[in-house]
Amino acid sequence: MMEPLDHFQAAGTAPSHHPTEDLLLAYAAGGLDEAMSLVVATHLALCPRCRAEVTRLEAVGGALIDDLAPAALGVGVLDTVLARLDEPNHDPIPLPVIRRRPVGPAPVLPEPLRSYIGCDIGRIGWSRTIPGLEEADIACGDRRRTRVRMMRIRGGMGMPRHTHHGNELTLVLAGGFADETGHFLRGDLAVTDPSIDHRPIADDDGDCICLAVTDAPLRLTGRFLRLLNPFLRL
Amino acid sequence: MGVPRRRMDRMTAPDMAQSAEIDRTNGLLLRVAREHDRQAFVELFHHFAPRLKSFLLKGGADAGMAEEIVQDVMVTVWRRAGSFDPALSAAGTWIFTIARNRRIDRLRQERRPEIDPDDPALVPAPVNAADEGMMIEEQSVRLHRAIRELPAEQAELLKMAYFQDKAHSAIAQESNLPLGTVKSRLRLALARLRKALDPAELGGGA
Repeated sequence: MMEPLDHFQAAGTAPSHHPTEDLLLAYAAGGLDEAMSLVVATHLALCPRCRAEVTRLEAVGGALIDDLAPAALGVGVLDTVLARLDEPNHDPIPLPVIRRRPVGPAPVLPEPLRSYIGCDIGRIGWSRTIPGLEEADIACGDRRRTRVRMMRIRGGMGMPRHTHHGNELTLVLAGGFADETGHFLRGDLAVTDPSIDHRPIADDDGDCICLAVTDAPLRLTGRFLRLLNPFLRL
Repeated sequence: MGVPRRRMDRMTAPDMAQSAEIDRTNGLLLRVAREHDRQAFVELFHHFAPRLKSFLLKGGADAGMAEEIVQDVMVTVWRRAGSFDPALSAAGTWIFTIARNRRIDRLRQERRPEIDPDDPALVPAPVNAADEGMMIEEQSVRLHRAIRELPAEQAELLKMAYFQDKAHSAIAQESNLPLGTVKSRLRLALARLRKALDPAELGGGA
């Protein structure tokens, strides 16, 4: 049914750099924030191996729920639910897909990323950051905690050597890059933390296009607030 | 090394009870899907709704919010039952994913990014995926047993990872453990569960 993506995905190139196990666990369990989840889910679209792992991790969630001690429900909850079954056909939980524009038969950007951006790779509104690097921000998650953006690095360009205040997840969607930790191609996920001082260089056979998520400087505050969130809202 | 142990194949009493329960809930959900059977739905409700409420209370919801979410989830179970495929997951797993997503939506007010299985850009799984050999029901039984047999300190953190709507770093703070310890205990727990699910990995293959 599905054709391989000609020049973006050579035959047999399954990703070789995967999310760490605890990232997949946090995604499957539902504890990962939206920005990080977008990167993981977009990797899953390109990586059958990690999809299978997430399926297993979801089965763990199902088994844990089975083993929970039941909590008594208020009277009338069942009746309310039964009454709602007859309501006109609206789904109380909206389906996730947000914005679809027509794409060709072989889009480069997979879902869910494509819906978050609102178009495929050719129509992204890039703005130049430094010579050889263009970026486009994506609205996703809490901007006080995380920044989500697309990056386009000109083929052969090296980025300035840098470290990160927080963690950075970089998912390659086209082209490739190499740094001290390895060589990254479509579907590969690079995870860097403040201890890594690296200088990525884009492959010279075309632009390298990536999805990148970084923790914002307010991360600690964000985490602390998030810890309180369930209580503040009630 | 390399010789899969077969002890898993003998079912103990808790395994048999578990297996019967999985059969029963899968059957109920299929009756809802195929026949819009209300009686089957009521039985599903009695099984899952109180457990879902428990799950949501542990995630930080108060009783009122937990019951609202339980209602939404159960109505959704009714509406989407047609998309349940017992060859892909147990009923409990399918319902867990709906509840997890609703919890993210209501408690954190964030969206849940997920793949679209019909997306032309999705890279399909290899046709003869190696690990499709075990039936979902057998997987579930093994999983329940492996969870029961986890060391307490690992089981505790695994439950926190699933039940609390928190990052692993927040779990570490709350348990007064270094983040590295939390991550390594979770990794150990998952390694045990994976071993239970995939006898081919007993030999230590990649």
